[in-house]
Amino acid sequence: MSVLLNKNTKVLVQGITGRIGNFHAEEMIAYGTNVVAGVTPGKGGTTHLGKPVFNTVKEAVEATGAEATIVFVPAAAAADGIMEAADAGIKYAVSITDGIPAHDMIRVKRYMLRYKKEDRMILTGPNCAGTITPGEAMIGIMPGHIYMPGEIGVIGRSGTLGYEAASQMKAEGIGISTSVGIGGDPINGSSHKDILELFNEDEKTKAVMIIGEIGGPQEAEAAEYVEKHMKKPVAAYIAGLTAPKGRRMGHAGAIVSGKGESAAEKVELLKAAGIHIIPNPSEMGSTMKEVINKNL
Amino acid sequence: MDIHEYQAKEILSSYGVQILDGELALNTSEAVSAFNKLDSKICVVKAQVHSGARGKAGGIVLCKTEEEVKDASEKLLGTYLKTIQTGDEGKIIEKLYIESGCDIAREIYLAFVMDRASQRIVIVASAEGGMSIEELAVEKPDSIKKIEIDPVVGLTGFQARELSFALNLPKEALGKAVKLFMGCYKAMINLDMNMLEINPLVLTNDNDLIALDAKISFDDNALFKHPEIDELNDNTQKDPREVAAKEHDLSYVGLDGDIGCIINGAGLAMASMDMIKYCGGEPANFLDIGGGASPERVGKAFELVLADKKVKAMLVNVYAGINRCDWIAEGLVQVIPKVDLKIPLIVRLSGTNVEEGIKIVKESGLPIILADTLKDAAQKAVDAAKQ
Repeated sequence: MSVLLNKNTKVLVQGITGRIGNFHAEEMIAYGTNVVAGVTPGKGGTTHLGKPVFNTVKEAVEATGAEATIVFVPAAAAADGIMEAADAGIKYAVSITDGIPAHDMIRVKRYMLRYKKEDRMILTGPNCAGTITPGEAMIGIMPGHIYMPGEIGVIGRSGTLGYEAASQMKAEGIGISTSVGIGGDPINGSSHKDILELFNEDEKTKAVMIIGEIGGPQEAEAAEYVEKHMKKPVAAYIAGLTAPKGRRMGHAGAIVSGKGESAAEKVELLKAAGIHIIPNPSEMGSTMKEVINKNL
Repeated sequence: MDIHEYQAKEILSSYGVQILDGELALNTSEAVSAFNKLDSKICVVKAQVHSGARGKAGGIVLCKTEEEVKDASEKLLGTYLKTIQTGDEGKIIEKLYIESGCDIAREIYLAFVMDRASQRIVIVASAEGGMSIEELAVEKPDSIKKIEIDPVVGLTGFQARELSFALNLPKEALGKAVKLFMGCYKAMINLDMNMLEINPLVLTNDNDLIALDAKISFDDNALFKHPEIDELNDNTQKDPREVAAKEHDLSYVGLDGDIGCIINGAGLAMASMDMIKYCGGEPANFLDIGGGASPERVGKAFELVLADKKVKAMLVNVYAGINRCDWIAEGLVQVIPKVDLKIPLIVRLSGTNVEEGIKIVKESGLPIILADTLKDAAQKAVDAAKQ
């Protein structure tokens, strides 16, 4: 078991014939991901990387039974690509694109609500590195080899900081059940809490690591969920203790604009909810190890 | 992207929001002639800087005569206005807005914000205007009214009326209030605004609603849709280092410490800065060099960070995912002799092809201090800066 993705998940690549889509589709296939088809409007009927290419997501889903998709579409059209996937019956979509207008994402989120909960697509991202179930499959742009298969669920806003965490965990001999990038944008598909809910029900996942950052209410929501519902231990690191108020730190969403959005305030909330705080980013692996030794 | 008050008012006016007569002035004589044109017994000389709380900082001056306008304008132009939002350097005043006055029956706070909790646009308003929203939240939290807008339907008439009544506006102003709220929402959607704040919105004795101040912030990611908005950008209101960084598509934020940072990925960059602090140092900047760390980009990043004369040591921390450490190392080895580096440089590479990368750095003979872990790197940088 794992969340969102396993070796059998049938994956579609939207934008497979583009430079970036092509590069990462190749990496995903090499990792073992069950990529079944690509979509590029106007290139339907051709074959790319040995996979059939379709004009629309709907056609690709009908022909291949694709369940998940990765959307390699430039920022101006990315929202449309995500909505197309939701409309075609895709269950899980990853959006990698950085720079999607926030108003576009507000519309995407509202559009996804058209579907009944059981039919509704889950979106992670945008502006993330994707999702990997180590040893099985990846939908994303991460270096697969740094992730060791195991029992810890990881949720993170940042790509490279997630890589840092995976490496530190591997060095400690700790494996990962699934690592999910939720991205650095202010309006995103899934929150920490949404993914915590999935890990809470996943038999394979024994504990969870949250890698949060300044800005927005999502870490506070996660704290509330953990306190009330979480059956498994959770550790968390919040990046941006040195970030000044009102300045955007790279990610569109990494800005302290109000109360409760600074790293220090988030740490306090998480601590109060019984979450193990990772004191600094060099102790992500060692803190996780302590949590495992104490609780599992 | 932020814009000036006069620009925000021009936009709002085109969406049917009532504003007072006013004119932009770039020098004292323009300010005086603007005052004479206004046909008003009083006027307000307003410093145009990208910041709130200008009044408390002395950036807004009430004037009754030509002489007073002249004095105020001479005093303000060319100086730096320091508000609680600008930090110690302040922001330069290059433009003044000369605006007529009006009678004020009541002041109202009105803002349209992108609410990250509901992931929708929310109107935040209070009948207690004139205060900042932060002050309101502390002093009069019950006075704050919030309305969440469905992005498909948009702001509805009943919501606009509800808001008007919640703000205790007289029934004579109801139609004007609804039109104002609708106009603001339309402007926000059409132009991809992140935030639109009118504080204060004034109710006059004739039941007119007038935007006395206006603040708009646009979504940088949507500026490609609105070239006419992009043109409103004013680099004089920004940190020159950040302006230079943006030209090279680098993400940079200048800070006050002495350890320069070049890192790939926003999260790892923040984490590395945290680590520096944890080890007893202070970062001089945030810099995300992004995915494709080509020698050219690395060179630009070095130039930027080194332009800050406070920097006493440099930390480069790169996690090569899709990138490869050997490429990054080659870039560094090419760039460093060109940038005339006189301070210690600590480099930590990790991820794909790390051994090859380290080998290239070692064989280059350049005075680079290599570090293994994040902590090791931060500690070495802090120690080097202290020496």
